[in-house]
Amino acid sequence: MARTIQSVERAAALLRLLAGGERRLGLSDIASAMGLAKATAHGLLRTLQREGFVEQDERSGKYQLGAELLRLGNSYLDVHELRARALVWTDDLARASGESAYLGVLHHGGVLLVHHVFRPDDSRQVLEIGALLPLHCTALGKVLSAYDPVAHSELAELELTAVTDRTVTDRAELEKELVRVRDRGWAGDLGGTWEGVASIAAPVFDRRRMPVGAVAVTGAVERMTVAGGAADGELSPRLIAAVRDCARSVSRDLGAGRF
Amino acid sequence: MNAPDTPREFIAAIDQGTTSSRCIVFDRDGRIVAVDQKEHRQIFPRPGWVEHDATEIWRNVQEVTAGALAKSGITSDEVKAIGITNQRETTLLWEKATGRPVHNALVWQDTRTDQLCRELGRDTGQERFRRATGLPLASYFSGPKVRWLLDNVPGLRERAERGEILFGTMDSWVIWNLTGGPDGGQHVTDVTNASRTMLMNLHTMEWDREILAAMDVPAAVLPRIGSSAEIYGTAADGPLAGTPVASALGDQQAALFGQTCYAVGEGKSTYGTGTFLLMNTGEQPVSSYHGLLTTVGYRIGGQRPVYALEGAIAVTGALVQWMRDQMGLISTAAEIETLALSVEDNGGAYFVPAFSGLFAPYWRSDARGVIAGLTRYVTKAHLARAVLEATAWQTREIVDAMRKDSGTGLTALKVDGGMTANNLLMQNIADFLDVPVVRPMVSETTCLGAAYAAGLATGFWAGTEELRANWRRAAEWTPRMDPALRDREYRQWLKAVQRTMGWLDEES
Ligand SMILES: Nc1ncnc2c1ncn2[C@@H]1O[C@H](COP(=O)(O)OP(=O)(O)OP(=O)(O)O)[C@@H](O)[C@H]1O
Ligand SMILES: [Mg+2]
Repeated sequence: MARTIQSVERAAALLRLLAGGERRLGLSDIASAMGLAKATAHGLLRTLQREGFVEQDERSGKYQLGAELLRLGNSYLDVHELRARALVWTDDLARASGESAYLGVLHHGGVLLVHHVFRPDDSRQVLEIGALLPLHCTALGKVLSAYDPVAHSELAELELTAVTDRTVTDRAELEKELVRVRDRGWAGDLGGTWEGVASIAAPVFDRRRMPVGAVAVTGAVERMTVAGGAADGELSPRLIAAVRDCARSVSRDLGAGRF
Repeated sequence: MNAPDTPREFIAAIDQGTTSSRCIVFDRDGRIVAVDQKEHRQIFPRPGWVEHDATEIWRNVQEVTAGALAKSGITSDEVKAIGITNQRETTLLWEKATGRPVHNALVWQDTRTDQLCRELGRDTGQERFRRATGLPLASYFSGPKVRWLLDNVPGLRERAERGEILFGTMDSWVIWNLTGGPDGGQHVTDVTNASRTMLMNLHTMEWDREILAAMDVPAAVLPRIGSSAEIYGTAADGPLAGTPVASALGDQQAALFGQTCYAVGEGKSTYGTGTFLLMNTGEQPVSSYHGLLTTVGYRIGGQRPVYALEGAIAVTGALVQWMRDQMGLISTAAEIETLALSVEDNGGAYFVPAFSGLFAPYWRSDARGVIAGLTRYVTKAHLARAVLEATAWQTREIVDAMRKDSGTGLTALKVDGGMTANNLLMQNIADFLDVPVVRPMVSETTCLGAAYAAGLATGFWAGTEELRANWRRAAEWTPRMDPALRDREYRQWLKAVQRTMGWLDEES
């Protein structure tokens, strides 16, 4: 068996103690129940208190379980709740960008589209909600892989298949791109998933600043990129700004605070 | 995206709804700039009774207005007009001198006037006032609620007759308070709200003397009936002091207007607490023989009124809320979809939420809710399916009635409201109706409609053509259900509906 860390075991035992029986306990009760010196117990309590796992009652000085523990248990954000919160902002993104807008979440080593807003022209379009897209080449997938450690580890298990001629299939190169994504706060895809189609995505965070999904716009490369000048062929700064604004608005609605 | 030198100009819409009040600020393109929202208490003193605290509501309206402005960083002089939209029929009486409500507001879902409505029907029955008002006698509408308050609050009738008491639906309450309250507040309602009181004559657009006499409601309590888009007054104080209050429409009519259903035959269905399908019938009121309501769609200033046929369903989103709050099966409304998607079908269960009796097309106040088809196989996930299907089947019943009354079938259904966030529900509706379901890019069409009307009244927008150009398709669901299965399921649903009727003894 791998070596265990004694202080973590003690912290776990302390939390169990506070969870059972009497809710509030004083320092000496805790120390004697756990067979520890008072100073050791106090050190544990102070550390857990700083993480929000334990709270101290101001008047009695006794300790109890902290609110952060409750939050841990309820932290899972329902994807349909996420869609409901994103609705207004993704509508506005499609409208401002003139392109179709998407909301994606990590699902079984891919990106699940949980919301789709049509491009605001009168063309015939089909709702793509429920589609599963690859992680390694889409803008949504790259954002999730760059920000969400779970997505990143799932990406490590996947084969990097060439979906188009422009798909990045070299792992080192992809990793470098993910670092760039984190640095600038958004990901792009220029024809790496569909020929002639470009996409821009940005991350959505919940109130604990966990990445819970990503929003994106997708459209023809010609409309999504700058024509002429020094930036010829690069993704349009105006669209990048629109996607990031949208991601920030959804995050703010989820309580992520200003950033 | 305004150029830096174009003046920033906006319209603020206040939506005083059944569950919450919200304020949304729109720009010239009809895009949302800021939103603020606050829920108020639902008060259930007895089974079937539903009340709101109007003082709390007015406080919330002030808060969300200030909140929306603060969030957007917009100053009051950049707001060119205020539009009002509201939960309809909800009835309040208050003191003219102090602005104090004499009782909680009686909410549209409240069924305490059932017995009174039967008495008012005399020997003619439910249809007694249909020709004049377009409505069947039902506890849903305001007139009987006013009468109940006058009969049941001690001393109120005398004070009302002396002119000390004002009646209003929530539009009137908000406008009166906004424009100064006891200090010169405007006591006014618009034609759409007035058309839901059962006290207004649909053909003259005036209070109907005969009905007032029959219901024993003194004319002294009534507001002036204005159009839906005109300047009623200006905000007296608060964050929007000096801004004209320039529109009022019931929430469902506002959604019709916001969906730009300006031509005969155009309609929409709004999925919120309840669901309301309205279709524009032009300048003529069309009578219904299949359980729909004839109502006013809107009236722009001095133009001729535009009428609508309406199918009203009392409980749709409210059933989802009930699953959340009373049953505790989900923790947010959106989770109903997650739960429902964990199974393939309804497992044989059908849920008819006749919590306030059945509205269109049945109008049965003796009905109460039923879950039919239960076996040990059924799980909470099947019930979640049944909850969503209930909304879709009820829509189907309304659409069938609409086809019979208007003689034309739907080619597509335009939808809006909070429940349109539910993808499974939207697919169910497309499947059960066998027509495409289309959602516009602004799902907050209620506020948008109020903003549009206020913008027309103040010249912010030139005309309805300009507004129509703003409409964009955001999503479309195509039907893909096997017709035989659809027919079989519909028959099961209709059987379940039959089982709700006659549950209360009085009427059977
Ligand atoms: N994702 C969802 N799935 C199912 N129902 C939902 C979902 N989101 C919201 N709802 C339901 O929709 C209703 C809220 O929608 P909306 O805000 O449009 O209602 P409303 O009737 O306009 O409310 P109000 O009367 O306060 O204006 C609630 O009853 C809620 O239960
Ligand atoms: Mg509403």
